[in-house]
Amino acid sequence: MSIPTSLSGVQPKFETKGLKAGFGSTWVLNGIDLKIPPNRVTAVMGPSGCGKTTFVRCLNRLHELTPGAVVEGEALLDGEDIYDRRVDPVAVRRRIGMVFQKPNPFPTMSIYHNVVAGLTLNGERDKKKLDLAAENSLRGAYLWDEVKDKLRDSGASLSGGQQQRLCIARALAVEPEVILMDEPCSALDPTATAKIEELITQLKRDYTIIIVTHNLQQASRVADYTAFFYLGKLIEFDETAPLFENPKEELTERYITGKFG
Amino acid sequence: MTSTIILGRHQSWRRIFDRIMKALILLSVAIAVIPLFFVTADVVVEGLPAISWAFFTKNPPSPLAGYGGILNGIEGSLLMVGMGTLIAVPLGVGAGIYFSEWPESRLSFLSSFTNDVLAEFPTIVIGLFVYALVVAPTRTFSAVAGAVALAIIMLPIIARTTEESLKIVPVTLREASMALGIPRWKTIFRVVISTGKSGLATGILLGIARATGETAPLIVTAGYLNFPPTGLFQQTGSVPYIIYNFGTAGYPNWTTVAWGAALVLVAFMLILNLSVKFFIGRRSTGIRAEI
Amino acid sequence: MVGAAAIGIVALLIGLGIELTSGSWLSIRTFGLSFVTGSTWNSVIDTYEVFPALVGTLTASAIALLLGVPVGLGVAIFLSERARGIRAGATALGSLVELLAAVPSVIYGLWGLIVLAPFMRDYIEPTLKSVLGIPGLFSGTPIGTDLFTAGVILAIMIIPTISAVSRDILNAVPNSQREAMYSLGATDWEVVRKAVLPYARSGIFGATILGLGRAVGETMAVTFVIGNNINLPHSLLSPGATLTTLIVNQFGNTFDPLSESALVEVGLVLFLLALVINILARLLVWRMTRSTRFRV
Repeated sequence: MSIPTSLSGVQPKFETKGLKAGFGSTWVLNGIDLKIPPNRVTAVMGPSGCGKTTFVRCLNRLHELTPGAVVEGEALLDGEDIYDRRVDPVAVRRRIGMVFQKPNPFPTMSIYHNVVAGLTLNGERDKKKLDLAAENSLRGAYLWDEVKDKLRDSGASLSGGQQQRLCIARALAVEPEVILMDEPCSALDPTATAKIEELITQLKRDYTIIIVTHNLQQASRVADYTAFFYLGKLIEFDETAPLFENPKEELTERYITGKFG
Repeated sequence: MTSTIILGRHQSWRRIFDRIMKALILLSVAIAVIPLFFVTADVVVEGLPAISWAFFTKNPPSPLAGYGGILNGIEGSLLMVGMGTLIAVPLGVGAGIYFSEWPESRLSFLSSFTNDVLAEFPTIVIGLFVYALVVAPTRTFSAVAGAVALAIIMLPIIARTTEESLKIVPVTLREASMALGIPRWKTIFRVVISTGKSGLATGILLGIARATGETAPLIVTAGYLNFPPTGLFQQTGSVPYIIYNFGTAGYPNWTTVAWGAALVLVAFMLILNLSVKFFIGRRSTGIRAEI
Repeated sequence: MVGAAAIGIVALLIGLGIELTSGSWLSIRTFGLSFVTGSTWNSVIDTYEVFPALVGTLTASAIALLLGVPVGLGVAIFLSERARGIRAGATALGSLVELLAAVPSVIYGLWGLIVLAPFMRDYIEPTLKSVLGIPGLFSGTPIGTDLFTAGVILAIMIIPTISAVSRDILNAVPNSQREAMYSLGATDWEVVRKAVLPYARSGIFGATILGLGRAVGETMAVTFVIGNNINLPHSLLSPGATLTTLIVNQFGNTFDPLSESALVEVGLVLFLLALVINILARLLVWRMTRSTRFRV
């Protein structure tokens, strides 16, 4: 797999080597070698069943929580394999945030407690620190102005788009380095989607973002780099514009021109 | 090497706490299962000495005179549970059909809610009800009264399992049948019931299991008799009553008779439960085998 | 025709209530409120009051909940959360716990009287007395057949109910909640405690109430081990009575209309208790699982 020239010499934030994943005896991912650049948005694209969601769930060790799940290979975060036997998955997940397809705020918690949920896990009790973190994260998720007067309201009382931004704020609060997004806008209307896409382009200044999407236009709007998966294999990886305009692989070209969904 | 992604030292208490909680959970599982083990073991160990062919053919002994048998209880229980089943099955299956085929009606909602409440009701209260209904007017404890009480206890289980097993029959089957012009009642009887048959059987077996183990209602409706049933409107013995009577008296041989009766009862329950599992396995109706 | 069967069930419950009320009318008229507030049950002076039995029911049930809910919940958590990876073990264990529910209560009673009560008397209760021997709590001579043992037996009996219902409740918690908590960097227990249990709150409360209903209505297991004493208990180690055991025990002693009516009134009190508890429980559990009816 050739690396885009703009990335040669850049230390990848995340690097997978021969990453395989599946359930029981069925492999969904068949050996992925991919280098994710830091402080950029990388889109992972492909038709249904290509393994893009599984791939991303391997990066924060969420995949293994499903009964029967299997993983092989290496995934290096800043050069250290997160699947090393000595590694505590809890610590891994702390450094990597995740936003899911359907917004999933905790309904029994207020907006405020939703945002600081990750911090209180660590026993953080200092009210001032929590308040500050809450405000910063909500600002960072472009949600502060809309909720600053109703922080005590239930997390579920917001609109879909707001809930998703709440989930982003919740992920930001623990100060991760990488943010994984699994089709974060697929359950949202166009206005909410636009807000979140704008948010993503701002977030990359401080975070490395990996976004799964099946929406080609979205990828071209927000992603700096795009990886194209097909049937569990990485077919092509390049900067988004060249990939779309001049795909090197035939499969990529057929996908982009809509020959298969 | 992996120093940045192993939990830092100030976090290790979280890991320890996690382990402690997991151990506590395992402990609670052990605590839950241990009594079952002990009860079963004790029933077998204490009851086995009483078991013999005679145990099933003789009546109970006098105090301090051997183990005798529990024929009176077996026949009495068979009689009352049998009669109770005859009463409860038509009513229960009927109600269950109604719940599953007319689920939106208000009667359905009210009745099945009532059914659920009845299922958990203190059985002694049901016994008192039947006492007032049957025993008081007839001025005698009777097998009939006992059977009626057991029927009321079995009814909710049968209704509920009938409903659930019928609900599993796909709507398309009903629709296809009715599209062919078959009237609704015939659809229900031919198509739906024959498909849900094993579910019905399951419900009946579960109901029988529940009724066979009941004691309190029989105390106030059927009373007790040291001999096999003498008449439908006479006092009648039952296996659980033997356990109660002979288990609380204090004579050592009577206590063993009680354990023996308990063993017979448990064995019967086991057979019933295994039959239920057999039925469920056959059809995977997804109904939980719970009494 | 099948509709008639459905009507019949409702009629049954209503009939139950009516019959119990009419049967207790004499007693209600005679004793009024003192039936539930007084403590004398004496046929010689024609006075029947059930406060001690009420205390017994509530105390034994409270002990049963205190001991049974944590265990039942623990089993439910094990079956629904941890056993996610250990499929076969979970099903086997689940069946085992359900078998507990299949044992008739009279057998629990027999075992309780002959095995458990002596064990309590010789080992557990002396220990409790030395550690927590406050008068009113664990005072008096341990005899084994007392309120506390009744509570323990009841706890054993309600564990399957609580765990079965709770397990279904926990399974109904959406996985996305767990994943959200995991991805913030939470341990398994933290996920349960902070995401699953809060979400399942009302359903678990409902399961507890269902367990309470079971405990309140239990007769045979309790009557073997509670000591059957109709006086007001002065400690958990005293023998006592519950509403249910009162009926069973006094049944042979009722020869005149008044005492008969009094017993029926006890039944009426039980009827009302069971009704309220059951309805409350089902409302809570329904809300959680959001199906038309929840099956226990």
